[in-house]
Amino acid sequence: MKILVCIKQVPDMESRFKVNRDGTWIEEQDLAFRMNEYDEFAVEQAVQTKEQLGTDVDVTVLSLGPGRVTEALKKALAMGCDRAVHIQDEASAQKEPWQIAGLIAAYARGQAYDLVFTGLQSQDRGSAQVGVLLAELLGMVCVTTVIDFALKGTSVSVSRELEGGLKAAVQFDLPAVVTCQLGLNTPRYPTLPNIMKARQKELLVVPAADLLLEQALTATEKMYPPARKEGGLVLEGEIDDLADRLLAVLKEKTTVLRQG
Amino acid sequence: MKTLLICETRQGKLLESTYELLAFAERLAAEPVAFLSAGEALAPDFDGRVYLAEAGEYDPDLHKQLILEVVAREKPDYIVLAHSSYGWDLAPRLAAALRVAQLSEVVDVVAGGFELPCFNAKLRRTVKPTSSPAVLTIQAGAFNPKGSPQGTPRLERLALPVPAGRTHFAGYEAVGKKAVDLARAEVIVSVGRGVGKQDNVALIEALARALGGELGATRPVVDAGWVEHSHQVGTTGQVVAPRLYVACGISGAIHHLAGMKKSDFVVAINKDRDAPIGEVADVLVVADVLQFVPALTARIAR
Ligand SMILES: Cc1cc2nc3c(=O)[nH]c(=O)nc-3n(C[C@H](O)[C@H](O)[C@H](O)COP(=O)(O)OP(=O)(O)OC[C@H]3O[C@@H](n4cnc5c(N)ncnc54)[C@H](O)[C@@H]3O)c2cc1C
Ligand SMILES: Nc1ncnc2c1ncn2[C@@H]1O[C@H](COP(=O)(O)O)[C@@H](O)[C@H]1O
Repeated sequence: MKILVCIKQVPDMESRFKVNRDGTWIEEQDLAFRMNEYDEFAVEQAVQTKEQLGTDVDVTVLSLGPGRVTEALKKALAMGCDRAVHIQDEASAQKEPWQIAGLIAAYARGQAYDLVFTGLQSQDRGSAQVGVLLAELLGMVCVTTVIDFALKGTSVSVSRELEGGLKAAVQFDLPAVVTCQLGLNTPRYPTLPNIMKARQKELLVVPAADLLLEQALTATEKMYPPARKEGGLVLEGEIDDLADRLLAVLKEKTTVLRQG
Repeated sequence: MKTLLICETRQGKLLESTYELLAFAERLAAEPVAFLSAGEALAPDFDGRVYLAEAGEYDPDLHKQLILEVVAREKPDYIVLAHSSYGWDLAPRLAAALRVAQLSEVVDVVAGGFELPCFNAKLRRTVKPTSSPAVLTIQAGAFNPKGSPQGTPRLERLALPVPAGRTHFAGYEAVGKKAVDLARAEVIVSVGRGVGKQDNVALIEALARALGGELGATRPVVDAGWVEHSHQVGTTGQVVAPRLYVACGISGAIHHLAGMKKSDFVVAINKDRDAPIGEVADVLVVADVLQFVPALTARIAR
């Protein structure tokens, strides 16, 4: 069985973001990057599937992006993927989900993957599109927002998480694309021996220019921080002083500290 | 201008998000036409055409096929869905079939296009589709209906195609039972991943106790097993509206905000001044929760 996992490298979401000069994306220098949180669940599920089925499974992890994404690929290899594909694209930040899915599909077409895992969404774009678009482009079944996954032979049973405490049980046959929701499993930490072993694994670099690129269908006009709550107060300073100030605000603005 | 609104139904009910889709169409000053996979009893109240197909619970291939037929008949400028487990599943399928743009999680209509959140809601972008039609999903709660729904829809029935049947819906399951009912709590103090580790949850619990409130939590904290699921606040947890909500080390993702933004007064404690929780906080305390919360608890307990 051939499994593909698609991962994106995104900035650490606790960073301070600055909009770039032409106002269409962020300044990327000085930021720390990591694997998109949702994709860690995708990698873990692929590795668990391999462990469940034994040796006759080959797991490829793929990421499209600039040179730095090899770090995320190496982490996925250390988590247990067998080989990595880096679709090298220095301009990936400017590409929309349709183009990214198009490039991944151009690579994956003809590779006959039985099972593809992606994250539900990326933390930087949050579009929740690439996995489904990839499935449509490859003509594969696609099931999204999966929080339970069980494979038996070529049939799969999953739970899709809906809103308000409800799940939908869905069954289908391979080949298929599954998009992974938080909590699907517990992503492992790479161990030191596995990090060493990962260095021996294949990392194939494919220039994006070698693949067919779809036309852009959207244009970003500008980027900016959201407005804060009107009248919202921001308190900064030394801890004890902050606690005194907050207590005063709570006494004045709410009734929760009044006795009886 | 014309919008095709894809209504969402579940377990024999029309979801409220339908009226948010109508509010969005009104915001665009566009003619609304609706698609609904249900019988006429569920048709929404508005003056316009509604295409109906009794296609049962969600089947992506079938719904896609039916909607594409309506698109061919109506030639809408925008195809609009809620950004929900239904909308984000279905929207890219429509966009791919039509080879048109999709904008996800629209929060506003602004000069130059549509406003979308990005970077975990720490930034916004204005994006313009360059294709027609374009598929849009709208964020829950971003477009609110004014007044109660009115009007009489004109119904058009769609013939059911033979289902492709690539996926089989095998029923609904409920996630866990509710051991704690947060909906009635007057004070909720919630813990987020910012506390760092399970041992530190006790600090937040102590503040909740000092304030006579309940403990709430974000999803990662629940997924990690630090706090039990019945404490989770948000889209996939409980929806709460206390007099005071204290968010400790919580970034303020929309899925969390959806569960708590009706709180009367919101205090957030976060070391990141730019955390999106600032969008809903009456007071944002920029501090390390592990230092600040014990200091606050000590003063309240005094
Ligand atoms: C379909 C769907 C449904 C979801 N449903 C829910 C739901 O019901 N409820 C829910 O909560 N989430 C839900 N989520 C997840 C949600 O999108 C976020 O991932 C989650 O809310 C983030 O939790 P958090 O704020 O605890 O963690 P993070 O986003 O990691 O934020 C941690 C915050 O703590 C701050 N911090 C770190 N260290 C400190 C410190 N020492 N002192 C002070 N601050 C610190 C950081 O600046 C950051 O802002 C859902 C997601 C999806 C896709
Ligand atoms: N540049 C990329 N390289 C590899 N996979 C990606 C890339 N962008 C998105 N994906 C995958 O598609 C999912 C959804 O991303 P998005 O549509 O951007 O929200 C992510 O969780 C990844 O699994």
